[in-house]
Parts: sequence; C-alpha cells; structure tokens
Amino acid sequence: MSVQQRIAARVAPHIPRGAVVNLGIGIPTLVADHLPLDHAYLQTENGLLGVGPTPAPDEVDPDLVHAGKQPVTARPGASYFSSSASFGMIRSGRVEIAVLGALQIDAQGRIANWAIPGRPVLGVGGAMDLLVGARTVIVATTHTAKDGAAKIVSEATFPLTAQRPVDLVVTEAATFRVTPDGLELVEIAEDHDLEWVQAHTTAPYRVAIDERGAVHA
Amino acid sequence: MTLASPPVPLPSVAAALEAVRPGATLMVGGFGLVGAPLTLIEGLLEHPGARDLTIISNNLGEPGRGLGRLLLEGRVRKAIGSFFTSNPDVVAAYQEGRLEVELLPQGTLAEAIRAGGAGIGGFYTRTAWGTALAGGREERIIRGEPHLFYESLRADVALVRARAADELGNLVYSKTARNFNPDMATAADVVIAEVDEVVPVGALDPEEIVTPHPYVTTVVLSGKAAAR
Repeated sequence: MSVQQRIAARVAPHIPRGAVVNLGIGIPTLVADHLPLDHAYLQTENGLLGVGPTPAPDEVDPDLVHAGKQPVTARPGASYFSSSASFGMIRSGRVEIAVLGALQIDAQGRIANWAIPGRPVLGVGGAMDLLVGARTVIVATTHTAKDGAAKIVSEATFPLTAQRPVDLVVTEAATFRVTPDGLELVEIAEDHDLEWVQAHTTAPYRVAIDERGAVHA
Repeated sequence: MTLASPPVPLPSVAAALEAVRPGATLMVGGFGLVGAPLTLIEGLLEHPGARDLTIISNNLGEPGRGLGRLLLEGRVRKAIGSFFTSNPDVVAAYQEGRLEVELLPQGTLAEAIRAGGAGIGGFYTRTAWGTALAGGREERIIRGEPHLFYESLRADVALVRARAADELGNLVYSKTARNFNPDMATAADVVIAEVDEVVPVGALDPEEIVTPHPYVTTVVLSGKAAAR
C-alpha cells in the first residue's frame, strides 16, 4: 500500500457510522476507499451529498464530479444543491467531519494548507470554510514534507488557513489529538516507533499513548 | 427527451452576447469546466465587445479551454474567484501584471453572489478571520465569535449553464453541473442561460424548477444541442 493509502486507512476508523463527511482533495479523498459503501454520507462542496464510488470508464457522467473534478457516482438518497447551499451546509455545522490535507500543523493544532511564501497566492478553495464550519476536523497528511522537513512544527512559517485548531492529526507514523493544552501523541503506527516520531516532529507534544498503542518507550 | 422546437425562435449566441459591453463585469458559472457555459464562452471570443472584462467565476477555466481561452486572448482584466492555481496561464498572467486577481474563500464567493442576487448589501462570516486573506476588513463579534464583513457581488451579465429551459425561461440543472449557476442566475442585470433543450411551458415539473423564469433574460441553445 502506498504511504498515501496507509494514511487514508489510518483515518478511516475515526469516521463514525452515519456521519456527514467532506473529504478534501488528495489523501483525504482516499479515505473513502477504506470505508464500507454505506458507512458515511460523503459531501462534496461542488454540490452533492451522497458521493458514491468512481464509475467504470464507460459509465462516466461529465456532469457528475467531486471537488477534485474527478468522476464520481451518486448513492441512493443523494441530493444535488447549489454552491451557496453547499457552503451553507458546511458553515452551519451540518458537515460533521472534514478531512483535510495540510502543509504545516502548529503546536496549537492550527493548520496551513493554502499558500506557500514566495509564490503567488491564487487558490484557496473551500478549506477556510470547512475549517470554521465542520464540527470535527481531521488532518490527513504525510508526517514530513517531500524534502524531509517536519510538518508538525512549533510555529507555522506558512500562512494559517484559520485560527480554529483541528481536532486530530493523522500521519503514516502517528496520531495526535489536539487539546486546549496543545498536541497529544495518542498512537504510533506499528511500523514506526517513538524515536522516529520524535526525530521528525519539531512541535512540542505530550505522549499519551493509549492501551492499544504499540509503544515501548 | 428530444429537442422541442419552440414557437418563438431563440436568439443566436452572438445576438444574446450583444449585452456584453467593453469593461463589463461578468459572472460565469461552472466548477472548472463542469457546468461552464462553454458555447457562450466561445461566443465571447467572437464578440469584439467582450474585452477589458471583470470575470466572477470559481476558476478561470483550464489552459486554453473555457475561460482559459478568453484569458489567453487578453480579454480579461480582473478575475474574482476562489481557485485559479489549476490554470498555469492565470499564474503567468498575474505574475506578468496582465491580470488582477481577487481571491475569496469558495463559500464566501458563493454567499456573496447569493446575497447579491437576494437584494442583500453584504454579510458577516467567520471564514478567513485571522488569516492573510482577511485584509483590512471590518470585524464584528457575533454570538461571541469574530466575523468579517463582505460586500455582496453583482454583475452586468451572468452566463449560466442549465440542462433545460421551458419557453418561459424556467431552468433545471444537471447533477453537479448545477454548482454556481443558480446563484449567478439571480445576481446580474442580464442573465443568459445556455441549455441543451427548450421544452414547452408546462413540461417541467414545478417542483424541479431551480431558477424561476423572471431571473432569466435570454435562453440560447448549447453547441451540444445544435449538433443534434
């Protein structure tokens, strides 16, 4: 399994049955591959609640896409709506869980995922609305950037997407819970250890491994 | 369904687009190319008055496609939207100073259009508060939470894509091709709808009509319909 799929698989158990969920572009979209078809109601901000699996190539409908502009299907019970209604749904808390990607996560659990210093800022999409509106926000991200730099940092050097902290950060290596006192390491993946997490995380965090964690530190 | 032949001939795309004057502000529906009025956009390329435009649209098409072509022809002065990064031509035009860009969070863009179409001057939202996109906007605490003020948006002309119209101009949409189209159909002085078919009055279920006809100025047939 690719690292992206492993991260998505690690997010899936955090999606309760029957939840209304918005999956962001990239790794978050892959979470659907790890959930039973009827497990959750997937919302996509371009105007569909009840996103179904990718259609076979000969069944693609050009009018039916998710926010990543890839073809999808609509599940029984699905509904279509306008962009303003879609974001009304998001900002008013009807979307219970948003799974988002991140470029950086700071020590308070705030994320940066829309702009890179030194590059023109020409895209923001729906991330800011999802962060203020979704009742629970889960970050699904690689633990480090492509150049190996830590993504979970004391202070973000990239512009923040919102002041609101996320609730959970899931990487291929670890899971952090965001608390009013900062980050808590609550789980380490079986193929990683605390030493690796320590070496690749520059933000301060409390180690609070639960009884299921495979940590022997 | 087959294409009905309406008793009143529909205007050509060129005739409908006469409403677009140099320097106009246009709303253009679509999420990427899905739900974009591609026949009308192509018509703009043939219309000399379509220049120095301000375009309100989630994206500016794709490279060389949809609104991306209008940009390449130097017809767009300013773009107001939420996600332009997927078209490298937009990035280049912006960096070379050929294009002004106003970036709004997608939900704020949609609500600004909705409000503009509903006779509302502006609104407060929590979105973007405390970020670099907040700029110097007015802030207000509502129910204990900081909000930012945004003025609503309106346009001279809206170009929208619908699946079908009846002869009055009532519109129904198709799946996720709906997106910004019904919002934009309320928020411009002139609304031109591009549809695949026009059906007799009474043929659309009133429960299914998303855009009632008083919002719609002109209906034209899509290239897809013309090809049938």
